[in-house]
Amino acid sequence: MKNTIYKLFTLLTFVVALTSCSEDKTKPTSRYMPDMYTSVAYEPYGENNVLPSGMDSQAPVSGAIARGQVPYDYEDSIDGYEAAKKKLKSPLSVHELSSEKGKSLYGIYCVVCHGKKGDGQGYLVKREKFLGIPNYKDRDITEGSIYHVLMYGKNLMGSHSSQLTREERWQVVNYVQTLRNNLLK
Amino acid sequence: MKSVQKHSQISRLVYATLAFLFIFTMNLSAQADATAGKSLFNANCAACHKLDKKLVGPALGKISERREMEWLKAWIKDNNALRASGDADAIAIYEEYKGSPMTAFPQLSDTDIENLVAYMDADPVKKAGVAQMVAVEEVKEEGSSVWITYTVLFIILALILWVYLKSNNGFLKIVATIIVLLNIAYFGFTALLEVGVDQGYQPVQPIAFSHRIHAGENKIDCQYCHSAAKHSKSSGIPSTNICMNCHKNIAEVSEETATAEYSKAFYDGEIQKLYKAAGWDAENLEYTGESEPIKWIRIHNLPDFAYYNHSQHVTVAGLKCQKCHGPVEEMEEVYQYSPLTMGWCIDCHKETQVKMEGNGYYKNIHEELSKKYGVDKVTAAQMGGKECGKCHY
Repeated sequence: MKNTIYKLFTLLTFVVALTSCSEDKTKPTSRYMPDMYTSVAYEPYGENNVLPSGMDSQAPVSGAIARGQVPYDYEDSIDGYEAAKKKLKSPLSVHELSSEKGKSLYGIYCVVCHGKKGDGQGYLVKREKFLGIPNYKDRDITEGSIYHVLMYGKNLMGSHSSQLTREERWQVVNYVQTLRNNLLK
Repeated sequence: MKSVQKHSQISRLVYATLAFLFIFTMNLSAQADATAGKSLFNANCAACHKLDKKLVGPALGKISERREMEWLKAWIKDNNALRASGDADAIAIYEEYKGSPMTAFPQLSDTDIENLVAYMDADPVKKAGVAQMVAVEEVKEEGSSVWITYTVLFIILALILWVYLKSNNGFLKIVATIIVLLNIAYFGFTALLEVGVDQGYQPVQPIAFSHRIHAGENKIDCQYCHSAAKHSKSSGIPSTNICMNCHKNIAEVSEETATAEYSKAFYDGEIQKLYKAAGWDAENLEYTGESEPIKWIRIHNLPDFAYYNHSQHVTVAGLKCQKCHGPVEEMEEVYQYSPLTMGWCIDCHKETQVKMEGNGYYKNIHEELSKKYGVDKVTAAQMGGKECGKCHY
């Protein structure tokens, strides 16, 4: 009889101790059968001691073209900019362009600086965090030059090519042109 | 005599007033110059120039000490033409900045440029230091309530022990056993239900990146940085080039950004950590090429046997990130807001109605489904959001 009582009590203290262990929020909780949580396959952002740079993700070999991607031939220089400004035209037809898509992408990636109307009065400019954003109407820009700047950036604007796909960039270019035309009216 | 004296007094007063007004308006006009210059500077020049340090172009503070006004006007309006005319200064500065030409500003008038120079010459106005010290009064009442619970628990335990060891009353012993068993069941289940559930998990990250400042105060869209969420399974941890899109320019936080908890020096130090990881030389404004990965600690971690796709929820369903991740824009350090349990997923699938408007492609399927279930609206669960194989395969 006494034996069972002691067993019960030990179990109770053990169980209470278990529940009161989860106070430290900077550590994850314990897992049941962790093998099923984390498979042996590499994770995209995993750490790796074998590969160079210590990461599972490796940069593609230079010159590699990802499936479905089209290489961009204009180089990141003043000559490249001028060439793109003159020659580069949108490959998307009128039917593929949608102002809704362009607008929502512009709202995510451009609006904080360039402003809703493209007048350079974005939220960050109004708060004086980021200055010198031009009004689209003051700049002599073409669809080619807008695309080129999205690819490589210009002055303080960085490249946005890693955040947008080729098609999305052209949607944004189209929307920027719409805004510019509205401002020029 | 009296009247003459009075007269001279009045005239003196008038002269004095006039003189005062004259000086005052002069001051005013000088000030207006610099103010107009400031807005011109912010709109046209600040993309490449700062007053106190080099950016894309040279620092411009007190520029009139170094250059003639006429030269400045010619340079700003059309620096190409000035260079073509063989001006030695113009060619020298062009070569110092590796042949990257400055944009021409033919739209600026002579007065505009004079205003600009007035702004550049003026001493920088220091913002009045806002006292940020907020008295932190946190009365810790939690402690006492915890102690009360402990005392009560201890008394109950002592009573039960006494019943078992000293008392001969059989009924009391049965009651005590039931209490002990119930307790074991309660605490046992609580403990088991917490296994693998990391709600509230808030690890210490290698860089104290504040979502409060970026997404909250500065209203930067979540997807600006987590740009993969719209296309892929993972929402993506931004690579340092995305941080540098803004932080090339922003090397320190403003005084107002600092809080009672974290000082300006603390935040500036965190930006330096980013520069180190990105390999950015903030002095010479160029990449050194020596970058290193930032070892972020993953917070939201679904087990590998459950499939989850961000694009399906963000792009197709059009959910706000906050639906699952909570008020991230208010979080100084991010924590896991939702439990991420299967029950939590299913609950949402049962409630969420599928957007049927403007969805021509699936019109027929939606109609058939609503007929099948005898409802007007189809939920995500009725569309198959409760099928095992959707997430476990």
